[in-house]
Formats: sequence, structure tokens, C-alpha cells
Amino acid sequence: MPDRKQAPEIVDAVDFDLRLKPVEKYSLDNGVEVYAVNAGAEEVLSLEWVFFGGNWQEEQNLVAATTNFLLRNGTSQKTAFQINEHFEYYGSYLNRACYNETATLTLHCLTKHVKELLPVVRELITDSVLPQEELDIYKQNMKQRLQVNLKKSDFVAGRMIDVCLYGEKHPYGKFSKAEDFDALNQEQLVDFYKQYYQQGKLILFVAGRLPADLNSLLNQYFGDLPNRSNFTKTIIEERGTEKKLRITNDINGVQGSIRIARPFPNRHHPDFLKVQVLNSLLGGFFGSRLMSNIREDKGYTYGIHSYLYSHVQQSAWLVSTEVGTDVCDATITEIYKEMKDLREELVDEEELLLVRNYMMGGILGDLDGPFQIISRWKNIILNDLTEKYFYDAIHTIKTISAEELRQLAQKYLQEEDFYELVVV
Amino acid sequence: MIQFERFTLANGLRVIFHQDLSTPMAVMNIMYDVGARDEDPGQTGFAHLFEHLMFGGSVNVPSYDEPLQMAGGENNAYTTNDLTNYYIQLPADNLETAFWLESDRMLSLAFDEKSLETQRKVVCEEFKEHYLTKPYGDVWHKMRELAYKKHPYRWMTIGKELSHIENAKLDDVKNFFFKHYRPVNAVMVVAGNITLEKVKTLAEKWFGDIAAGSEYKRNLPQEPEQKEERKLEIKANVPLDALYKCWHMPGRLDRRYYIIDLLTDILSGGGSSRLYQSLVKEKQLFSNIECHHFGSTDNGLVVIEGKLVKGIKMEEAEKAVEEELEKMKGQLVSETELQKVKNKTESMIAFEDMSVMSRANSLAYYEILGDASWMNFELEKYGSVTTEDILQESRAIFRNTNCNTIHYLSTTN
Repeated sequence: MPDRKQAPEIVDAVDFDLRLKPVEKYSLDNGVEVYAVNAGAEEVLSLEWVFFGGNWQEEQNLVAATTNFLLRNGTSQKTAFQINEHFEYYGSYLNRACYNETATLTLHCLTKHVKELLPVVRELITDSVLPQEELDIYKQNMKQRLQVNLKKSDFVAGRMIDVCLYGEKHPYGKFSKAEDFDALNQEQLVDFYKQYYQQGKLILFVAGRLPADLNSLLNQYFGDLPNRSNFTKTIIEERGTEKKLRITNDINGVQGSIRIARPFPNRHHPDFLKVQVLNSLLGGFFGSRLMSNIREDKGYTYGIHSYLYSHVQQSAWLVSTEVGTDVCDATITEIYKEMKDLREELVDEEELLLVRNYMMGGILGDLDGPFQIISRWKNIILNDLTEKYFYDAIHTIKTISAEELRQLAQKYLQEEDFYELVVV
Repeated sequence: MIQFERFTLANGLRVIFHQDLSTPMAVMNIMYDVGARDEDPGQTGFAHLFEHLMFGGSVNVPSYDEPLQMAGGENNAYTTNDLTNYYIQLPADNLETAFWLESDRMLSLAFDEKSLETQRKVVCEEFKEHYLTKPYGDVWHKMRELAYKKHPYRWMTIGKELSHIENAKLDDVKNFFFKHYRPVNAVMVVAGNITLEKVKTLAEKWFGDIAAGSEYKRNLPQEPEQKEERKLEIKANVPLDALYKCWHMPGRLDRRYYIIDLLTDILSGGGSSRLYQSLVKEKQLFSNIECHHFGSTDNGLVVIEGKLVKGIKMEEAEKAVEEELEKMKGQLVSETELQKVKNKTESMIAFEDMSVMSRANSLAYYEILGDASWMNFELEKYGSVTTEDILQESRAIFRNTNCNTIHYLSTTN
């Protein structure tokens, strides 16, 4: 009979020696950088084309996102249907996504099919026509989707808190309105496409079981693109002046979406990695103080989380939850109470060890597999960091002291620095 | 081909071992053969509420989450209409922590009144967050009630109504536990960077002395064949009209399941699928339309759902959907079209199998269905489907008397 009261011996995860598998870096003939991780048991591949044509670069709302969306919707040689049919016939997934600084095309496929797929990806990058009819359908359907989303308090709250933090004109704060869709025209999109895809700067990330001739294939299809660096403009955030906002979106709503947030610097700031540990304590995982108090003790919510935005230029620190309308105020009081506690009391060593172990275990699990490894590298490269960032993060988790955490709480977890928003 | 070893403890607990030396992690996945279909109609939502209570401490271990986090692990769980699954991922060196925690809660929960009180509230908030506050959030409650008259698939895992959860008593919790959460009703998969020998030793040490319990014999009311077309109209404060149609289909172990799975992919599931191309792109009647199925163990449902473009009449949109189904019933799909969805299935399986967690979950699932090794024959089963099969199945499924329709109409116009 085992002694069930006694926990088995563990190896503290803080004692693990975590290594980030190196990335192979090389350049195509035109200088396009390729980052590659060759690993994995399954014969699968992921390829990502990163262009510097995100929301940051557009002059008018939604131009970047719409251009990115329509990349799959027609070239001078193929209709949207033919393009989709080609990728789907080979069981591959071609996705596109538009972010703030960048916009991407991502291909997931079986390694054996990559040769059939790369030529068509090239066609999308060099010869898309962004057809008017496709644009019309997109506008109509996106406006409808927006209408549905606007009924949801969490959606509305997510937009509003970003406006508080960055202002409506900033790429991180702006949001889509029906009239923005109406204002889109094909000409603008074609211009944007020319500047940021056909002639823009490109970086490639590839991972999985890489075929031996992948380098020459990439060179063949993408080694002659112009790859011109784009000018990046500076945009200053305009923060909201009102700190406390209450919005009624649905008079019959049974839940309120709470967002409490403050501006925070980006990954290059010396406090960024340390605050990640403080954030874990506050609301970064299931055992965090907010989750223990507001869900597990009081049952006010299905979930409460805090996190730092992953924006490149300027981050923010956010607490987010959906709670019953009758306990919105009680929840907010408790959130501030947890912040106060972190400012005033030293975290005890056991809780701190738990957070350290949890975070280390998380990184260990997160490095599992080629797609996860390349995604770490992508994060490092697109944020203009180096490998050192990964090892600094581990060092911080292992060594940060209770005293340092309290000082950080005193510096950053001051109630008056936070925007407080409730949308019902 | 996924390799694994199987053994059974004296108390009936089935253990599956799957090695993967490329990861530093280990996974423990315990699947209990109980889901929302096993609930009393007067106490729905119980299997899922119970899943929450499984984290409220067990007889010898007051906190489940803390020691696991201390060991660098993460865990979660989910409940479906068919089963309940708990999974842990942690550094392989600390595997024994998972054995300790999972075996103690299989031995017995703490049955703490305060935990029940809290989790009742948490689940009620989950109910509100996902089903009450979201536009169209009640549609699947209504659809299940329309399509199923006898079978317990007629309610959702979250439960039929909030009051069932609010009224849950500690005695009900105990009864449920000792009826369903016994070794004989569970499958445990241990996978990752570990050895068979170690798994055998640890399984015996931690799970060996748990009483077997009595096997749960499932005896659910079967859904009688639907004989008449069923329709329901809902009017609500939503921005757009939406159409939902469901047809009964065979269960997971029927060969026809594979045919229907491919059939739904032909209809929807990509930019070149039939419904999307015809109804969203060419005719522009829907802003989005999808076809999928429930993937249930017992007889399930094929679903077509879509939101109409503003200004389009429901009758016109529905007629266009039916025209597409008539094509499926009238002529063979091309070999290329069938090959396309088979290729998609092949790569989907390859991507799923990348993660050891997902492999462990699949092994447990197929073992609960009947045999873990079936996981390795899925591709073959899909491969054997012919265009003639698709035609026959379209005719068998898409009949009016097998159909349940909801018109979800906007009152904001």
C-alpha cells in the first residue's frame, strides 16, 4: 500500500537545463532570410511567409487585413475556387493572417506534396488581382459577422479597452466599423498589395521534416522577389483620459465583461520578463491568486486571467473575466485587493517555487515539436531579440526574489494606473 | 502506425502504454466511460458538473492542482455526451506525481460541501457565458430537443436547464462517483518519454488496490426512426436570420460513419467545398454555411447551418440548400472530389498525431469504443469509401422525413 498522504519525490523543474533547439538561418539569392527547424516524427511541414504589411502600414482602416484576406481569392490565372481546390486537393491548409506589424501566409502540408504547392504560393505573392467581386462578397459577409459580434459583451469590451490603452487612431487601438468596410475600394488594396507583398520585405520560417531540396525549391520560387525594405512610420498612442467606464450593450445581459488594464513597455524593457513571473502569480495560470479567489473560492466566474499583450512596440497588462452582473463590483474589489496584497506582502517561498516550477514545466512542454520551436524563434526574430532572451527568461524564472516581485508590484500594480471597464 | 502495449490490472483498469523518446514530457490520460447520455433526465448537466468537482480535492490529497503545478505539470478535462476525459502533461521525471494524484481521486473524492457550492456557481456562469449571453446560444438546446425524442442526446452536456445544476446535492455526487468512476469503467493511457516497466510498476503501486466497482451496463433508450419532417421557428433579438438543418446518421462504429464523414467534407470544409462555392460565392445567399456532424458514439446528427445574407428570404435560401443536396442524391461525385477529401483526412490525421497528448487521447478514445488498435486503421476505412457509397448515403440521409429544421429569425428588422 502506497502512502497516499505523501507526495512522491519530484525533480524541481527549476533544476532543468532547458535548451532552445537552434534554428538554421540562410538567405535566398535576393537576400530573403529563411529560418528553418528540421525536426519531428511525422512527414509534415509548416511554412510561413511573413510580410511587413500589417495594420501599422495602412493609411485607411482595414486595408491591410482585407488585402491579406483576398490573397487567396484570385490571380490573373486562377479563380478563388481553383486556388482553394489546388491546396485542398493536396490536403494542405493555406491560411492567411494580418497582425499589427506583419501579415502572413501559412502553409501546412504533408512533406511529399510541397513541390506541387510552392508554385501556387508564388503565384499568390506575385500575381494576385484582388477581384472586385470577391471584395464585394467579403465586405457584405464581414459586415454581417461584425453585427453578430457586436451583440457579445466580451467582443465590445475587447475593443473598448484597446481604445483606452492606445487610442482609436493607433494600430493597436483601432477597430472595424461597418462604414470602414463600405469605404474600401479595390484600387487601394492593389496598391497595398504591390507595395507590401509583390515588392515588400519577406522573411520565411519553415519547420517539420524538411525535404533535402527545400532550399533550392525556396530559391527557385521566392529567390527573385524584390524583397525591398519598407519604411516604418512612428505612431504615438493617445491614451484615454477617462479611467472608469461602464457600458450597457444589452439591457437584458446576465454577465458583465470586465477588463482592467494598464500600459506596459515592450519585451526590451528590463522589467518585462520579471513581470511575467509576477503576472503568473496574479492571474497567469489556474493556480494564480485571481483564479483561486474569484473562481475557486467565490464561484463568480468560469474563468479569470491576466496577461501581457504580445504587441511589438508597446504592450499592456490586462485582467479579463466574464462574471454575473450582480457580482461585477465585488469582482473588481477583489481584483484590486489581490494587487494590494502583492504590493504589501512578500510572496512565500512555497508559492514562489510553485510558480517557478509551473512556468518551467510550461516552457519544457512548449518546446515539444518543430512547430513550437519555430514559433519561439519567430517571436525572437520579429521582436528584434536574440537567443539571449530565451535564456534570460529562464534565468529570471529561476532567480527572481520575493522582494523583487513586491517592488515590481509597487511599481506596476497601482490601482490608479489602470483603466477599468465593464460591458454588460 | 502508432505502437502501444496494453495490460489490465486485477481490478479491471485497462492501461495503455505508448512510448515517445523524442519528448522530455510524459502524458497521463484517463478516460471514464460516462457522459451526459448517462444522466437522469431530471438531473442533466451532472457528468459535466462532476468533472469540475474532480478538482476539488480527493480523500488523501486536499489539493489536486497545486502539487501538479509544483511538479511542472498542466492538466485539463472535458466532458462530452459520450465520455469524460482527464489529461495531464508533465516532465517525464515527475510522472509519479500524476499516478499519485489520479489514483487518489479514483479511490475517492473528498466530497466537500464548499467545493460543490462553488462549482455549482462556476458551472452556472459557464452556462451563461456560452449559452445565454451569446446570440443564437440556445439553438443547440432547441435542436437536440427537436431531433431526439427518446435518446439522452436530447440534452446538451452543460445540462437542460440551470436549475438541474443549482439543485445538485452531495449525495447525488457520491452516487454518481461510485457508479461511474470505478477502475472497471476507465481506460488509462500513459505516454511519452517513459518505459513500460516503470508504467507497470507505478500502475500496480498506485491503482492496484482500488476496488474494482461494478461494471456499468449502459442501457439507453434508443431513438426511434423519425417518420415525419420536423420544423421549429425561433424569433429572437439577433442581427441575422439563420438556418439550421439536421438529419439522423449512424453511430461511430458503423461503416457508414466514414462515408458520411467524407460526405460532409465534400459539402463544406474548405474554400472549394460545394456549399461554400455555390451558396456563399456564386449565389450569395449565405454569409457563411457549414456542414458537419456530431461525431457521436450512438446515432448522431449531420448538420447544415448558415447565416443568411441580409434581405434574402428564408424560403429561397433553404431551397438552394436543398438543390445542392439533390445534386448529391442525383449524381456521383467525381473521383477527384472524393480523393480531395480523402487527402484532407490523411493530412489531418498526420497533424493530429504530431503531439503525444493527442495520440494518448486517441488511444484512450478507441479503447473506450472497443479497441485502441482501431486508431491505426482509420485511414484504411476512409480509403475504402467509393463515389457510389457517397451517392447511396446521400440518398439515405437527406430525406425529408429524416430532417429537422430550425428557422432562427431576427426580430430586429
